[in-house]
Amino acid sequence: MSFFARFAQNRGALIGLIILMTIILMALFAPFLYPDSPWRMVQRPFLAPMEVDGFLLGTDTMGRDVAAGIMHGAWVSLLIGLVSTAVALIIGVPLGAIAGYYGGLIDDGLMRFTEFFQTIPNFALAIVLVAIMQPSVTSIVLAIAIVSWPPVARLVRAEFMSLRHREYVEAARLVGQTNRTIILRQILPNTLSPIIVLASLMVATAILLESALSFLGLGDPNVMSWGYMIGAARTVIRQAWWLSFFPGLAILLTVLALNLVGEGLDDALNPKLSRER
Amino acid sequence: MSEPVLSIRGLTIALPKGADRAYAVEDVSYDVERGEIMCVVGESGSGKSMAANALMGLLPKGVRPTAGEVIFDGQDLLTLTEKQHRKLRGLHIGMIFQEPMTALNPLMRVGAQIAEVFEAHGKYNGKERQAHALALLEEVGIPQPDKAIRAYPFQLSGGQRQRVMIAMALALEPKLLIADEPTTALDVTTQAQILELIRDLQKRRGMSVMFITHDFGVVAEVANRVCVMRYGQIVELGSAEEVLENPQHEYTRALIEAIPSNIIPEARGGERPAPLLEVKGLNKVFRSKGGLFKAAREVRALDDVSFSLAPGETVGIVGESGSGKSTLGRCVVRLERPDSGTLSLAGTDFTTLTGEELRRQRWRVQMIFQDPYASLNPRTRVGYAIAQGPMANGVTREQAMKQAGELLDLVGLGAVAVDRFPHEFSGGQRQRIGIARALALNPELIVADEAVSALDVSIQAQILELLEDLKQKLSLSLLFITHDLRVAAQICDYIIVMQHGRIVEQGTAEAVFLSPQEAYTRELLEAIPGRDHELESA
Repeated sequence: MSFFARFAQNRGALIGLIILMTIILMALFAPFLYPDSPWRMVQRPFLAPMEVDGFLLGTDTMGRDVAAGIMHGAWVSLLIGLVSTAVALIIGVPLGAIAGYYGGLIDDGLMRFTEFFQTIPNFALAIVLVAIMQPSVTSIVLAIAIVSWPPVARLVRAEFMSLRHREYVEAARLVGQTNRTIILRQILPNTLSPIIVLASLMVATAILLESALSFLGLGDPNVMSWGYMIGAARTVIRQAWWLSFFPGLAILLTVLALNLVGEGLDDALNPKLSRER
Repeated sequence: MSEPVLSIRGLTIALPKGADRAYAVEDVSYDVERGEIMCVVGESGSGKSMAANALMGLLPKGVRPTAGEVIFDGQDLLTLTEKQHRKLRGLHIGMIFQEPMTALNPLMRVGAQIAEVFEAHGKYNGKERQAHALALLEEVGIPQPDKAIRAYPFQLSGGQRQRVMIAMALALEPKLLIADEPTTALDVTTQAQILELIRDLQKRRGMSVMFITHDFGVVAEVANRVCVMRYGQIVELGSAEEVLENPQHEYTRALIEAIPSNIIPEARGGERPAPLLEVKGLNKVFRSKGGLFKAAREVRALDDVSFSLAPGETVGIVGESGSGKSTLGRCVVRLERPDSGTLSLAGTDFTTLTGEELRRQRWRVQMIFQDPYASLNPRTRVGYAIAQGPMANGVTREQAMKQAGELLDLVGLGAVAVDRFPHEFSGGQRQRIGIARALALNPELIVADEAVSALDVSIQAQILELLEDLKQKLSLSLLFITHDLRVAAQICDYIIVMQHGRIVEQGTAEAVFLSPQEAYTRELLEAIPGRDHELESA
């Protein structure tokens, strides 16, 4: 059975994939459907959804098109979510793997280092980092990655610690495999499931973190993001519900889709489950 | 004959859809008479525990009886509600489980757990409950019962915990005791004591016992009548003598024959050649760091162990749990580093090797692991798992994969197995894969750590046969670690008996089995279940 067929057996995952593809398509086609900048004021402010033809989701406090904002924002939100998660994995997985596999002093050292990051509240640290580096997509991605890798390192370390004394790992040591091969070939593949689940959740958290930063005015001033839209709409939430509702719905759907896809990937990658069904 | 205590008639239990067969048990009928021990024997997956679970109302979700009846005390137990079942459990039917550690609440004193049984059925007041608990502990023969009653489960040994379980099961004087593999997790000497206790209690109290086991040796020790099961059906039913002496069905015969018997391997003539492996004065101490409130603990796992192994020879290391036999094996393959002593393999000192040098020499000693489920990486295809060894030692991938196919053929799985994942194989087949992996590097010595202990007897016999066969073909040198003397007797040329990290006795298999010098060796040999029976029939 092909990988996709296995993936598609999980109906939730398929639905998640469809939602995610739609969002990606939205991001890709935004420049064609709404060639103008989403920052441009195009109509009277506070138009309710469908009040005027061509403005499906209405306009915001400054008369900007909400639909255009959501389409263009999809790209930023997805980019920040995926890239910051990838960076967090690149930092967290090797650190956790080395700490868990070697143990002892190496473990102590790396874990104290990790705890150093964990003692500072996530969001506070992210704010400080973005404020210091100046708000831009790069600095936001970095800040989010830096605050979100410690749980990855902890998780991977715990998995490695429990797996390194498994008999198959000992067998691999006995046949003379190097530590590197054992870590990469024997142990890491078996820690994939929890890492994938965690990563899909992290993408979701990253999107939310970016929203929160934008909400506080620490977003990249040059790009429209969902978080910025909600932040800008907070003062008028009672007069114009659609300004926060639609970007909020977009975030909700994206996060849900990512979680579903993560779960499906986990099932599809597990050789045991895939053949039993 | 009076009316049976328990009567099972045409019991059929359906498994949920998608299971490997439609029925867990199919049209099973047997009785348990008053005051007898009925043994239900079978290998894993035979459905031997199912009838007991059904009558206790302990069937897993989705599994339910579809036909038949289970009559106890004039009542059909299958029609009872959960509430009625609860009343029955403990009061009229007691049950003991396989794993005495997990069946007891680790945070509750033993006395309180026994008292809880009385409490659940509203018997006696607080003081009387304690008094009865004490009396029960005395009856099941726990040393110093007045102290044991205040102990926590972890302070007791495995055998003592099983005695506590028996005391709990007997608390309300049930008419029927169900014992589901009660001795499987125990050492041989402890097993012998627990079997003795069950027999004794059964006679004293005149109760009936339904004894579920996979071990024909145990059957020979305790059974009055035997019911042999396979694939959910009864294969043979009869008195213990009939079934053991004169089995009618070929499956029963196969099972009885599959038990490694006390046939002593023939002594090899002549001097032992120059040793391949020479172990001298090996010591290993495990230390746990002391904390603020606990003292540091030291366990002497190996205490001045010396022995040698000649090329082409099989040396068996036998001992009970905690004897240090596994630590010895792990030191030989250098998964553990001994504290002192030397371990030399054909002249190379293996004790002092470290790092890269050790990694390069590792191919010379390989290991077959105990647990066929844990010893194969679930995400690695079988062929690649075997090829990894040669590849780590510089063989090209194509060459290694080709060799893996040949090895799988050699261990009787066929080269097609290469592309499959471990979970597609049964326990016995996985053990064959483990053997192929150990052979892949063409090692000078193979250490087999309890290599057949996790397998059913008939599978065990096949694996032993395979090892025997490979020994002939490839003139393997084998260090065979086992707790089971019957297995050791079958395959080993030379036997080392260990206790508390020391070698108690060593000698040729013939010498150790026929004229044991040490008291402990004799004790071990006498504890083998079914031994008397075999001697009678021999």
